Amino acid sequence: MSLGSALTLLQTASELGLISALTVLALYLSYSMLNVCDLSTDGCFTFGATVGAVVTLSGHPFLAIPAAMAAGVASGFITAFLQTKMGINSLLAGIIVNTALYSINIAVMGNSSILNMNKCDTVFTKMLALVKDTPFKEQYKLIVAAIAVIAVGVLLALFLRTKLGLAIRATGNNPDMVRSSSINPVFTTIVGLCVANSFTALSGCLLAQSQKSVNIDIGTGMVTIALASLLIGNVFMGRKKIPLQIVGLVLGAFVFRLVYTIALRLDMPAFMLKFVSSVIVIAAISVPYLKTQFPLFKRRFAQRFGKGSV
Amino acid sequence: MLRLSHISKTFNPGTTDSKKALDDLSLDVNDGDFITIIGANGAGKSTLFNAIAGSFITDSGKIELNGKDISLMPEHKRARKIGRLFQDPMRGSAPGMTVEENLALAAGRGGWLSHVSKADKKSFRERVALLDMGLENRMNQPVGLLSGGQRQALTLMMATFEPPELLLLDEHTAALDPATAEKVLSLTESIVAENKLTCMMITHNMQSALELGNRTIMMNAGKIIMDISGEERKSITVNDLLLKFREASGKNLNNDRMLLI
Repeated sequence: MSLGSALTLLQTASELGLISALTVLALYLSYSMLNVCDLSTDGCFTFGATVGAVVTLSGHPFLAIPAAMAAGVASGFITAFLQTKMGINSLLAGIIVNTALYSINIAVMGNSSILNMNKCDTVFTKMLALVKDTPFKEQYKLIVAAIAVIAVGVLLALFLRTKLGLAIRATGNNPDMVRSSSINPVFTTIVGLCVANSFTALSGCLLAQSQKSVNIDIGTGMVTIALASLLIGNVFMGRKKIPLQIVGLVLGAFVFRLVYTIALRLDMPAFMLKFVSSVIVIAAISVPYLKTQFPLFKRRFAQRFGKGSV
Repeated sequence: MLRLSHISKTFNPGTTDSKKALDDLSLDVNDGDFITIIGANGAGKSTLFNAIAGSFITDSGKIELNGKDISLMPEHKRARKIGRLFQDPMRGSAPGMTVEENLALAAGRGGWLSHVSKADKKSFRERVALLDMGLENRMNQPVGLLSGGQRQALTLMMATFEPPELLLLDEHTAALDPATAEKVLSLTESIVAENKLTCMMITHNMQSALELGNRTIMMNAGKIIMDISGEERKSITVNDLLLKFREASGKNLNNDRMLLI
C-alpha cells in the first residue's frame, strides 16, 4: 500500500470515526453515566439523518443541525417519559420508540425510504467552498466533523461538571441515594436522555450530509457500533478523569473505524461491519467477567481431571 | 413540628399476603425532640419512616411537617426538609463519584448549571475534616473506596449539610463494627446537638434507646404501644422495657438482632 492510499485510508477512518464519535458520546451519557441502555439509538440516529436531510434539501444546511438535534431531544424525551412516567421497562421503552421511529422516518422522507442530497448544499460543501484555495481542501469533511466533535466534547465535559451533570451521574450510580435526596430522578433521567439523543441525532445528520444521501437503514446497528467504540475507548482512558475519558472515547471511535477500514482493504466484505461490532461488544463485556470466573474453572478442571484434590 | 394523624398503610391489600404495616398511627413530634424507636422486627418502624419520607403515600391519614400538609408530596420534595440515613452504608452515597462530588450534590447550592467553586471545595474539606476520619485528604477519591464506617459518616455529613427540619436515622450504625458504630453514634449526637435538629432514630440497642435522646417510643404491629419521656423515661430500665413489651403484645421482645444490654 502506498503512502498516499494509507493517508486516504486514515482520513476516511477519521471522518467516519469522528462522526460516529458523537453517538459514542451520547451513549457515554446514557449508558455509562445514566446506566440506561438506550435502544432507541438506531432510530434516533436515522431520525436525525432524515430530519436533517429534509431541512438541508429545503436549502438550509446549517439549520439542519439544530433541527436534527431538536428531533433527537423529542425522541429522547419520549423514551425517557415512557420509562419514568409510564412504567415501561427502560430496554422496552427504547425498542418501542425505535420501532415507531421507523414509520416516522419514512414519513419525514415523504413516504420514501431514500433521499438524495446530490444537488444541494450541505455543511460539508459549504466548508469545501471555504477552504478550496487552502492546503486543507482535501480535508474539508474532516474539519467539519472535528469541529462538531470538539464542540460536543467540550460541552459534555462542562455539562457533567455542573450540578445537573453530577445529579445525572448520581442517578445512574446510586438510584437509592437520589431517591432519598432532593433530586428528582425522573427529571435527571429525562434531561440525560434528551441531551444524549440530541448528540445521536446530530451524528446521524452529519453522516447523511457527508454522504449526500440518507436511507432508512442508515442507523441500523448504530447502537452496537457505538457501544463497541465506547468499550474500546474505555480501554484507553477508562479510569481517568472525565475530560480525558471523552478524548479516549473519540479515540475509540477512530480506532474502531480504522480497524474496520483496514479490514475492508483486506477484502473483508462491507456487510461484515455489524457482525464485527457485535463480536467486539461481546468480547469487551464478557472478558472481564470471564476473568473473574477463570480461577473457578481452573479448580473445577483440576478436580475433575487432575490429581483429585486442589 | 411533625404531626401524624391516623395514618394507615396496608401492603398487598385484598390478597392472602395482605399486611397492615401501619395501623391508625398518630404521633406528635415536638421541635427539638430526639426520639428513639424500638420494636420487634416487622413492627412497622421502617415503614413509619418510609411514610414520613414519602417512599410511599399512606392509604389514609395526614402527615404535617411544621404546619404544612405533606401527605401527598413526592419523596424528592420532602427530602429538602427531611434528611435520612439507612442501615446500609452503601445506600446513601454514589460509589462511582468522588467524596467532593457527593458533597457537592448534598450541599444543594446554586442552580442546576452551577459548578463547584474553589470556595465550595474548601468548605467541603473543612466540614469533612470535622469527621476526623482522614477523608479530607481523599476528596478526589471515589466513595466506593471508603470503608462502611467512613461512608456512613460521610452520608451523615451529607444528610445534615443543609440542616434538615427532621432527621430520620434507620439503624444507621447496625451494619458497622462496634468501635466504628460508637464513633458514628457520637458524631450523630454532636451534629444533632449543634444544629438543634429534630431527630427520630430506630435502634435495636435497648441501652442506647434509653440513653440517647429525650423520648422513646415502642412499636408493635403498626401501632405505637409505648411513648415515654421526662422523669418516667429516666427511671426506666431495659428490663422494664421488656416487661412492658410483653404486657402490650403478649410476646417476648427478643430475637437475634436485639441487643438487650
